Amino acid sequence: MNVMTVPLAHYIALSAVIFFIGVAGVVTRRNPLIMLMSIELMFNAANLLFAAFARAWLNNAGHIFVFLVITVAAAEAAIGLAIVVTVFRSAHTVDVDDVALLKG
Amino acid sequence: MIAFWILAVAMIVSAIWCVTASRPIYSVVALLGNFLMLAIMYLTLNAEFLAVIQMIVYSGAILILFLFVIALLSSGIAPFSVGPDRLPRIAYPAIALTLIALGFLTWALVRTTVATPAATANGAALGPVGTPDVFGSVGDFGTALFTTYLLPFEITALILMVAVIGVVLLAGDRAPYVATKKRAADVKREMREAILREGNQ
Repeated sequence: MNVMTVPLAHYIALSAVIFFIGVAGVVTRRNPLIMLMSIELMFNAANLLFAAFARAWLNNAGHIFVFLVITVAAAEAAIGLAIVVTVFRSAHTVDVDDVALLKG
Repeated sequence: MIAFWILAVAMIVSAIWCVTASRPIYSVVALLGNFLMLAIMYLTLNAEFLAVIQMIVYSGAILILFLFVIALLSSGIAPFSVGPDRLPRIAYPAIALTLIALGFLTWALVRTTVATPAATANGAALGPVGTPDVFGSVGDFGTALFTTYLLPFEITALILMVAVIGVVLLAGDRAPYVATKKRAADVKREMREAILREGNQ
């Protein structure tokens, strides 16, 4: 129970790989829904790291942090999807590059 | 250890599938697989409550929200799909930069030794509540959440309320209420007329 069977570095590496897959998704895709899902991937990578460190240090604070991050992710997804729906209603497109009103 | 590798490979594959899928609905399916793997990984990390709320909140609530929005947007005139190579010129530099950043991180990870506390070696908990026997159980988590971390828990309620208000304001039935001087003058005039009407009757 006290010793982790998997070294902590493995979790850090996995979390980094998933985080950067999410970064690549946000940077390359222009579909706002897939961009939002990539952001969720990044949230999850951070959550995995919190849980792994909490397990390594046997400290509850990491779990509380994951709880907070999940709350923020839920709020972010709801508001982001509301923005997507609003944009689609007014502009009839969901391509991020077409929504460039503030670009000047 | 074997479970970790199976889960890790599955998570990476599903994450790549999620990012490169041609349609958002495939992305949702891949993300669902990723979340389920992550929930199992939480279980291997003694985080039972986190595994449960990962399934309920992420797989149950957020992904269903995504599905509803996809259904809503694709029910109209335009089929809702944007190809994976929507920006072919930026895709390869972006992936290259991502790989370079990942390489830097790996390099830093190899160079440093990750600090693990010496106190866990003899089983003593460093946390305010956590003890080795009950670490990560629902009771342990709840006790920590409602005693030591009560303020963050209440801030959570505030965050969710702000999200609800924002969503209703953004995507509600009526247009967002924008306060202007003209509208304020209109409201004042309507109130005055209403008062006059009441006085006449």
